Amino acid sequence: MRPAIGNLRTSLHLVILAVAMFAFGFALVPLYDVICDITGLNRDAAQALANNTQVDTSRSVRIELLANVQNGAVWRFTAPNDPVNVHPGELVRVDFVLENLSERPLVGRAIPSYAPAVASKYFKKIDCFCFREQRLAPHEKLLLPVLFVIDRKLEADMKVMTLSYTFFQQGTLI
Amino acid sequence: MDAAAPALPHGQHSAPAGLWRWLTTTNHKDIGTLYFCFAATMFLVGGSMAMLIRAELFQPGLQLVQPDLFNQLTTLHGLIMIFGVIMPAFTGFANWQVPLMIGAPDMAFPRMNNWSFWLLPVAGLFLLFSMVLPGGAVAAGWTLYPPLFLQGGISYDLTIFAIHIMGMSSIMGAINIVTTILNMRAPGMKLMDMPMFVWTWLITGFLLIAVMPVLAGAVTMLLTDRNFGTHFFDAGGGGDPVMFQHVFWFFGHPEVYILILPAFGIVSTVLPTFARKPLFGYRSMVYATASIAILSFLVWGHHMFTVGMPAAAQLFFMYTTMLIAVPTGVKVFNWIATLWQGSLSFEAPMLFALAFVCLFTIGGFSGLVLAMVPVDVQLQDTYYVVAHFHYVLVTGALFAIYAGLYYWLPKWTGHLPDPALSRWHFWLSAIAVNVLFFPMHFLGLAGMPRRIPDYALQFADFNRIASIGGFIFGASQILLLIVIVKCVRGGEKAAACAWEGAEGLEWSVPSPAPYHTFGQPRELR
Repeated sequence: MRPAIGNLRTSLHLVILAVAMFAFGFALVPLYDVICDITGLNRDAAQALANNTQVDTSRSVRIELLANVQNGAVWRFTAPNDPVNVHPGELVRVDFVLENLSERPLVGRAIPSYAPAVASKYFKKIDCFCFREQRLAPHEKLLLPVLFVIDRKLEADMKVMTLSYTFFQQGTLI
Repeated sequence: MDAAAPALPHGQHSAPAGLWRWLTTTNHKDIGTLYFCFAATMFLVGGSMAMLIRAELFQPGLQLVQPDLFNQLTTLHGLIMIFGVIMPAFTGFANWQVPLMIGAPDMAFPRMNNWSFWLLPVAGLFLLFSMVLPGGAVAAGWTLYPPLFLQGGISYDLTIFAIHIMGMSSIMGAINIVTTILNMRAPGMKLMDMPMFVWTWLITGFLLIAVMPVLAGAVTMLLTDRNFGTHFFDAGGGGDPVMFQHVFWFFGHPEVYILILPAFGIVSTVLPTFARKPLFGYRSMVYATASIAILSFLVWGHHMFTVGMPAAAQLFFMYTTMLIAVPTGVKVFNWIATLWQGSLSFEAPMLFALAFVCLFTIGGFSGLVLAMVPVDVQLQDTYYVVAHFHYVLVTGALFAIYAGLYYWLPKWTGHLPDPALSRWHFWLSAIAVNVLFFPMHFLGLAGMPRRIPDYALQFADFNRIASIGGFIFGASQILLLIVIVKCVRGGEKAAACAWEGAEGLEWSVPSPAPYHTFGQPRELR
């Protein structure tokens, strides 16, 4: 058996290795990002793979957007100013704006309608503010996004469609 | 090497008796025994959980346990079998055998050795105690993936604590073993003279010191995410749950070699004994073990091919994984070449070692199948994966532990294990384990997901077969317990060299090995 001092030196080296590896475990979190930056992995090339290949770029459809309010409404509901031109299959986002003009909380829901009526089956909504009840504090202003895809099966002669929402108040004002 | 060991005369030390002896012991043989007792107890616990899992899966529908308890059972079964059974059992072998095989009087740091053992039961109790806490034990799978792991109750924190303690125990044990091997070999024993088992443990020790701290770091990040408002893995705060998988498997893949390299060492010791030939290709065996260990740091991504990984990374991990088959193939070739034209005899250790070579290779091949990205995308998280890692861990690591137990029991107890009973144990285990795990390949190929308490009707037949095999396998382990108890209490007296073809320093001391061995350094020629 060699002197115990040799054992202590060896174990000290091993303890340093263990502590260094503990720190390395934490360092891995930023290191992965650094490695991906250097090699370009998981960056542009990977994002390219995520591109939607189902977009029919040969034609486009004009979507007109409308926001309606009833008479005497105490809120302002506005659609984007310009119609959007979209390719069937393309994921589109448009933002409506709802503002409560009163001193009281506002609870309500937007109901969609389509023109021509047959257009409704080609609107594939991924997410829409009309899916949920909206609650607004007095004078609150909300951005209401809707995400949709126009189905590629859309008939060739349909060039213009209208998506319109009407906002209805729910329940009684407290 | 034939001379009897010059053991220290007894009476020089006053060992306390009873429980106090075991609590305070610094003797490597006592501590080795303690590791084995702990592993056996946890094997009973983890095995009972497996029996309950197989009973629930005996037929479709929910019969015995509710899904939540089922998830706790699979999670704890995994954690207990890995950290509570296989690793402590191998450390038990290291404690008993490494000083005996290199001619050292004890481990380098005997008191730290005691400490690293007695941390383990604490961690084990924490894991089991968490079952009675509100919400039950951890049920997020043994891989502890967020976001599920971040959402659990108090027992999840207790599990993190238990893993910290087990990690500390393993690191201390590994530092002790590596220091012993590097500094305390008998004069004249060079590194390349060391028995293969010592080599595999030296490399395993380095792996443990390198990756257990990474696991400790990963679970610490989970802990701070859960309790202290950090967002390493919490997507709600800008963290990345997939990042945990990267860090976990950076530990996890070297970990699976920690679970198998000592098994390679045991098999490389047992096969030459009962083939009565020296190990074929000792040097290539050492280099193969080392290259497996180095490659193990470059393959973690193959556990997560489906999480969204660029094709370049998938290819890299696929190729490095397949590269590991080369050194492993060298090992299997060497084992078979060792048997070639040997004078074989089939005692229990040899039977288990032979079963290891055959069945571990099946597990290795299904690993190669899973290494292929297009195939893995199909098989990820199915029973095919369950079949694969049970072949390498049960018929691999566990069978090697059995081989080692039967092989060295005469040295530890002074008695030969009952030959008839041990053969019964072997044949029942070897047949039942295939009935248990082989149908899982078919289940996985047919698409049955893992970690589910209920399944579609078309999987019923193979699950029933697997469950029957499981029950027989579980029951036949009682035979092992009987053999060990009989062997400790009496039986045919073993000679100093218990097996005809056995070589090595451990066989130069009497059987049972005296409490103190190699008090005087033994010069090797």
